[in-house]
Amino acid sequence: MALPQPNQTATEERLTSLTMPDAGCTRKAREAALSRVREMGLPGRRDEYWKYTRPDTLVSAEAPPAAVFHNDEPMLFSEFDRLKIVFVDGVFSPDASDELELEGVKIDRLEDICCKDIHWAKELYGVLEARGQKPVQRPLAALNTAFATDGVAIHVTGKPSKPISLIYRHESETSDAILHHIVRVETDAEVTILENGPAASRFNKCMEIDIADGGTLHHIRAQGRDHQRRAATHMFTRMGSEAVYKSFTLTVNGVLTRNEQVVELTGDDAVAHVSGACVGDGDFHHDDTVFITHDAVNCESRQVFKKVLRNGATGVFQGKILVKEGAQKTDGYQISQSLLLDDDSQFLAKPELEIYADDVACSHGSTSGAIDETALFYLRSRGVPTEDATDMLTLAFLAEAVEEIEDEDLADVIVSRLKDWLARRR
Amino acid sequence: MAALDQTQVKEGVDQETVDAVREVGTYKYGWDTDIEMEYAPKGVNPDIVRLISEKNEEPEWMTEWRLAAFERWTKIDEPTWAMVHYPKIDFQDQYYYARPKSMEVKPKSLDEVDPKLLATYEKLGIPLKEQMILAGVEGAENMPAEGRKVAVDAVFDSVSVGTTFQEELKKAGVIFCSISEAIKEHPDLVKKYLGTVVPVSDNFYATLNSAVFSDGSFVYVPPGVRCPMELSTYFRINAENTGQFERTLIIADKGSYVSYLEGCTAPQRDTAQLHAAVVEIIVEEDAEVKYSTVQNWFPGDENGKGGIYNFVTKRADCRGDRSKVMWTQVETGSAVTWKYPSCILRGDDSQGEFYSIAITNNMQQADTGTKMVHLGKNTKSRIVSKGISAGKAQNTYRGLVSMHPKAKNSRNYTQCDSLLIGDKCGAHTVPYIEVRNNSSRVEHEATTSKVDDDQLFYCRQRGMDEEEAVALVVNGFCKDVLQALPMEFAMEAQQLVAISLEGSVG
Repeated sequence: MALPQPNQTATEERLTSLTMPDAGCTRKAREAALSRVREMGLPGRRDEYWKYTRPDTLVSAEAPPAAVFHNDEPMLFSEFDRLKIVFVDGVFSPDASDELELEGVKIDRLEDICCKDIHWAKELYGVLEARGQKPVQRPLAALNTAFATDGVAIHVTGKPSKPISLIYRHESETSDAILHHIVRVETDAEVTILENGPAASRFNKCMEIDIADGGTLHHIRAQGRDHQRRAATHMFTRMGSEAVYKSFTLTVNGVLTRNEQVVELTGDDAVAHVSGACVGDGDFHHDDTVFITHDAVNCESRQVFKKVLRNGATGVFQGKILVKEGAQKTDGYQISQSLLLDDDSQFLAKPELEIYADDVACSHGSTSGAIDETALFYLRSRGVPTEDATDMLTLAFLAEAVEEIEDEDLADVIVSRLKDWLARRR
Repeated sequence: MAALDQTQVKEGVDQETVDAVREVGTYKYGWDTDIEMEYAPKGVNPDIVRLISEKNEEPEWMTEWRLAAFERWTKIDEPTWAMVHYPKIDFQDQYYYARPKSMEVKPKSLDEVDPKLLATYEKLGIPLKEQMILAGVEGAENMPAEGRKVAVDAVFDSVSVGTTFQEELKKAGVIFCSISEAIKEHPDLVKKYLGTVVPVSDNFYATLNSAVFSDGSFVYVPPGVRCPMELSTYFRINAENTGQFERTLIIADKGSYVSYLEGCTAPQRDTAQLHAAVVEIIVEEDAEVKYSTVQNWFPGDENGKGGIYNFVTKRADCRGDRSKVMWTQVETGSAVTWKYPSCILRGDDSQGEFYSIAITNNMQQADTGTKMVHLGKNTKSRIVSKGISAGKAQNTYRGLVSMHPKAKNSRNYTQCDSLLIGDKCGAHTVPYIEVRNNSSRVEHEATTSKVDDDQLFYCRQRGMDEEEAVALVVNGFCKDVLQALPMEFAMEAQQLVAISLEGSVG
């Protein structure tokens, strides 16, 4: 089917503003991705998958400028022992980064994977993204594969002693960054990947994760506080037998965020947990779009998303569990909840199930409402001032999502950030 | 039913459920009536639209209305978003108008109607006699006479055959007749309300219906009147290659009440047939409308041959404050179902309810659900949907709950459960939830374990184990839905009561 004219025009405009890096061995994958973009067209307002989020500023040729937000708060995770990989406005900064040496893991820059002839990387780059284009199209991810200017290839073969921390600094008001990371976790290997920072005025990030049988990946992300930043991120994860993938995202501020998670459970007994907490105030639009495919027996998936919204903020959740024929004994769970702190904010949700196997337990729930007056009254009757009580109940509401983080120290850091946010908004 | 017999049923789904679904899968209404028919030429174009209008002896404004709809229809595309797949429909390879020859001159009373037609309805269990006892309803003779009256409007292919109890209803001030009659006899009412709930350009099928609808039912209940009996329309498709396009318009004026039932069947044929209906309901202040459907169109054979393509637009507009509408549907037929009975809750304190049991078997596909659009303050809605899928069938719940910024203090509760019997079928849920104010509460759930804790506690206190207690509460609830149906439909639907909801998925 031919593309609608507006989509085609917008797509061509965007493409003329980009140049494909001279990328050697990823060239083929990039060219294939480019033809996917041309075929699909970049998302437009009328696309069903973008029903609740306007994609225009994410696809425009020029990135809308975003002021750099200065604050004296230390960067998140700074008190943790970790291997730092720093990108400034989407460009790798060797000076700010640690040596990319750590036992049990091999880290290379994307542009080096060819000269070092790293086979696994060539076989992964753009592959999971291409798989993830069906049944729903994700043109921004294909655009990323074609034009990514930087990124890392992380090969986990053992159990590194500390987390790998990707830090995204935002310094230029007009930066438009496209990063693409690939991660391969080998059999029984285990790694924790941290991501934080606002990254750029406009950030398009794609991460492809391939977890072999028995491998484990923990992912904790905090998207930076710059008010005017925009981000479209994709995580494509393929999981083997008994693989474990746990991902949590904290979002505070940001005028527009669209986080897509595409998880495919291809081996039996795999476990995938995807969760997120977001707090938005004012000009804030946050969209979590999750697509989990069960294609093996006895797998478990969980989606837990909580959103606190005020002063006209908008929260979006589009979640889907697809259980393919034969994926028996699937345990799928999905919950999306919003707490609307005032009458101007809104929550838009589309929690979907598509099930082709009969011996499964899948459930989903979605709720939206204000702070529970009875609970508030209870706390006040015990002498807690209204503002404190509201904060307590808000934190309690978010707790279910934060509890998805296994590492208690990391969870504590997230909770303290949420407390700070509440305190600032008094 | 071979497909179901060979199916490995997983533990936890009891035999009763399987049998009940199997029973539903054998189509009892597949015979046809051999009767001389009169057809309009095949296909649809402005001339056919004019012809239908002419056959119904319609005034000029109605013809124009239809032609405008047709003009619009040629400009819109068939929707493809539903999870249903079927070969492309050739809209020019259908008859849009078919009526029994004997109906050429409209019979003045039921006595004059062709006995063959009466026999058809008799055989379907819908006697077109103003009799007190409903055929096939055991124990009905013990009920008080007033409680068992049902007025029936019978639609056969493109025309209404007759309407019973018209005189008695007239005494109460209720108008119940075919829509073709209403256009002639009550043009002001029709003009005022037709197309105000489902506009001409609403969607592909509704627009087509607006252009070519041949008949249907019309109900007007005046202010303060409680309709003295149940009203019902029975749709029968008989002719081959013929689409049925009926239009129903129900107006419940201030403080009135009416319960309306709809039933439908069709003969067993190898080729698929099209059915595209529009139902519009207007509910004024303090009025209440109950609309119940047992949809039992021919579902096609086990290989997916034949069956009815059922594309229906049903919508109720709760215009007045404290108005109330309730949709109850038992969907067992049709090869393809595309149907979303909706409520627009415009008046403050208005209420909308949607209860649905959708059963698909063999190659059937159903994409059904509801839309609850909350516009007024303190509006309430409840959605309960049970989907059961067997054989190679696909069953989708698709719904929208929308709380507008002005719909303060509104409530919605949604529960959709699905049950799969066999591993070749599918069950899907596609809910859209839009909350635009914070004083409203929206809850969407898809789990069977969520029965009322108090009731559970009560049962357990009396010595039942947890499972028994849950079964009792869930079955009790299911019965409530079915009992909301009128008696003659309850008979048909009763076989479904045995279906337990154990082993459900959300």
